Amino acid sequence: MHKVLGDKRAILVLLGPALLVYTLVMLVPIIWSLFYTVQDGNPITGFTFAGFDNFAKFFQDPAAWDAVLFTLRYALVLTVLQVGVGYLLSLMYVFWLRRGSGLIRTIVFFPVVLPTVAVALLFQRLFEAAPTTGPVNTLIQFLGGGNVDWFGTPMASFWIIILMDLWRSMGFYAVLLYAGLVDIPDELIESARIDGASGWKLIRTIVLPLSLPVLLSSLIFSINGTLKVFDTIVALTNGGPGNASTPLTLYMFRTSFAYGDYGYGSTIALMLTILCLLFTVFIFRSTRNDLTKG
Amino acid sequence: MTTAMRRHARLLSTAALLGAGALAFTACAGGATNAPTSGGGDGEFTYLGQTENTTIIATLETLASDQCADAAEAAPLKADDIAGTQWDQQLQLLASQNGLSDMQMAAGTPSLMQQFIDAGQVLNLSETLDELGVADQVLPAADSTIKALYGDGDLYALPTEFNIEGFWYNKQLLADNGIEVPTTWDALVDSAATLQGAGVQPFAAAGKDGWPVTRLVGDYIFRDLGPDALQKVADGEAKLTDPAYVAAADAVSELGKAGYFGDAVGSVDYNAAMNLFLTGKAAYFYMGSWALANFNDEAQNQIGVDNVGFAPFPAVEGGAGSIDQIPANVGIPVMFSAQGADDDTKAWVKCIVENYGDTVLADSGVVSGFALDETPTGLSAPTQVVQDTIQNAPSSVLWFEAKFTSKGTSISQTNGGALANGSLSGADFMKLVQAANDEG
Repeated sequence: MHKVLGDKRAILVLLGPALLVYTLVMLVPIIWSLFYTVQDGNPITGFTFAGFDNFAKFFQDPAAWDAVLFTLRYALVLTVLQVGVGYLLSLMYVFWLRRGSGLIRTIVFFPVVLPTVAVALLFQRLFEAAPTTGPVNTLIQFLGGGNVDWFGTPMASFWIIILMDLWRSMGFYAVLLYAGLVDIPDELIESARIDGASGWKLIRTIVLPLSLPVLLSSLIFSINGTLKVFDTIVALTNGGPGNASTPLTLYMFRTSFAYGDYGYGSTIALMLTILCLLFTVFIFRSTRNDLTKG
Repeated sequence: MTTAMRRHARLLSTAALLGAGALAFTACAGGATNAPTSGGGDGEFTYLGQTENTTIIATLETLASDQCADAAEAAPLKADDIAGTQWDQQLQLLASQNGLSDMQMAAGTPSLMQQFIDAGQVLNLSETLDELGVADQVLPAADSTIKALYGDGDLYALPTEFNIEGFWYNKQLLADNGIEVPTTWDALVDSAATLQGAGVQPFAAAGKDGWPVTRLVGDYIFRDLGPDALQKVADGEAKLTDPAYVAAADAVSELGKAGYFGDAVGSVDYNAAMNLFLTGKAAYFYMGSWALANFNDEAQNQIGVDNVGFAPFPAVEGGAGSIDQIPANVGIPVMFSAQGADDDTKAWVKCIVENYGDTVLADSGVVSGFALDETPTGLSAPTQVVQDTIQNAPSSVLWFEAKFTSKGTSISQTNGGALANGSLSGADFMKLVQAANDEG
């Protein structure tokens, strides 16, 4: 085996095809898109060189900043909730349900396998206000309240998106973190128990530090996934009401393909990439500090 | 042994590279496999429409089996549809890949049509209709409306509809509440208050789609500031944020604040709004005359077709515009791809121009911008009103977003719902739209 991997031609044969496909479908479009950031126009009207105008425009565009703020708010709130709830669920699987957790795990994981659009339609119907009254509004009316236009109010739309995504993703993070928790040797927990650690103390001193690597991966997964959210929001609110729930991705999509401005759209895409990068580095850094302290 | 291994490795690497190459080719071939939809002398006539509009495709199918049977035999009709909400962006994508169908509904935003025209993607119908000798089949009024929209004095789309817009009202509900058809904005607002007091929702409007709400803003501007008011904005002589323009958005926002559009107007889409009106749950419905197809459909129209009245958008007291300047448009006209314009397509164009008007009026009750061969009889009351109004209107005006950029149009329409539930003030709305237009 060592001999084969030491042969440069073997490496080329093994990696070459994958690298070629990757280059064609990933790297080329990325570089292409970078090239667009200094251009103005679209394939129909043609392109002109615009220098750094697109970047200047981004920093002066209130709609872009609204989108950045929404994206950050969404990513932070959802990451905290989905990793937090996922962690609680995984603790429940390991310490409370133990071997009987299979069924619960399957049920909680189930929404993960449902198609996004189907889930979005489900939630649209749940919170529907017109033309027919959805179950949530029916319940509110039954309790004496009025018909609430959930998707007509920015704050309510935001929380419905969060609720839907949490329901959709917590099962995934629970399973991911569960895998990390199961890896903690039973002897270690046993000995900690004998030493008198239990409940919160056991979790804080033994379980949390030992599951930190997988928790860290979950955080990075989550923050990158949520910063790039697109399909759930398009299917549920389509960025509305007005532009109140428009993340950077949707703004980028609209700018490029609805407003026909590929240059500015690519600039927004680049900004989003930088944002994801910053967050990932930040999480890496902050946890590395913690580890050295611990 | 080693030679054999080397030979194997070489074989393997060649196979792998070939495989990867094939994969890469399939990845790049997306555009190429779309090519047949771009028409050409391919023995078929492709049409792409919006899913929501069933009239055009139904009429084309009727024509294909009747008057246009010859054209359809040479090039059978092949239709496809996509949702109207994504229409403009789909067209942009298709156009940028040279993937336009032979015939399709035109871009909703005139400024985008302008881009297509400038890029030579769209067939110049002035030339084609002259060549085919059927230029006189397009009504002058519709002809001038399309030319006004798209700029350079030539015809680039066919008026499958010629619409006037205004308030449709439920005659019974107005009579029950002692309301006369309002001719001024104030009278309209007063009547809405009366209706609301009597437990009737005054207006049905599709806040989710936005445009039925922003149309009101545009019409108010035309009535208050005159028919050239929005052209001035397009020319940069005035801004939407000027107080006189903001007043129009405020007038509509006031209706929203008072709850006259119902309690969840932001979630009501086109079909739901239509349904509210046709089931007698709302008294007024601002809409274009393309809705006649729905009004004339007994299954949908539960209030009865004779119960539907038409009121032109009311005058604004002391305004520079007048009530007889009817908001008009050609709906979503159809355009033809310049690339796909072969003889098969031209045979279809000729046949459509000659026969579409009569067929669509007879089958769907839709008034198109084509000349009619036969004077129709037995039209329903609302259809007759539309015919008469079109004949007698001294002049027409366009709509709020007609001269806006793609972004301006989109921002205006996505915020129409917020205007209709009163959560966005007129000033804020106009600020958003003006900013989007300024960006170009």
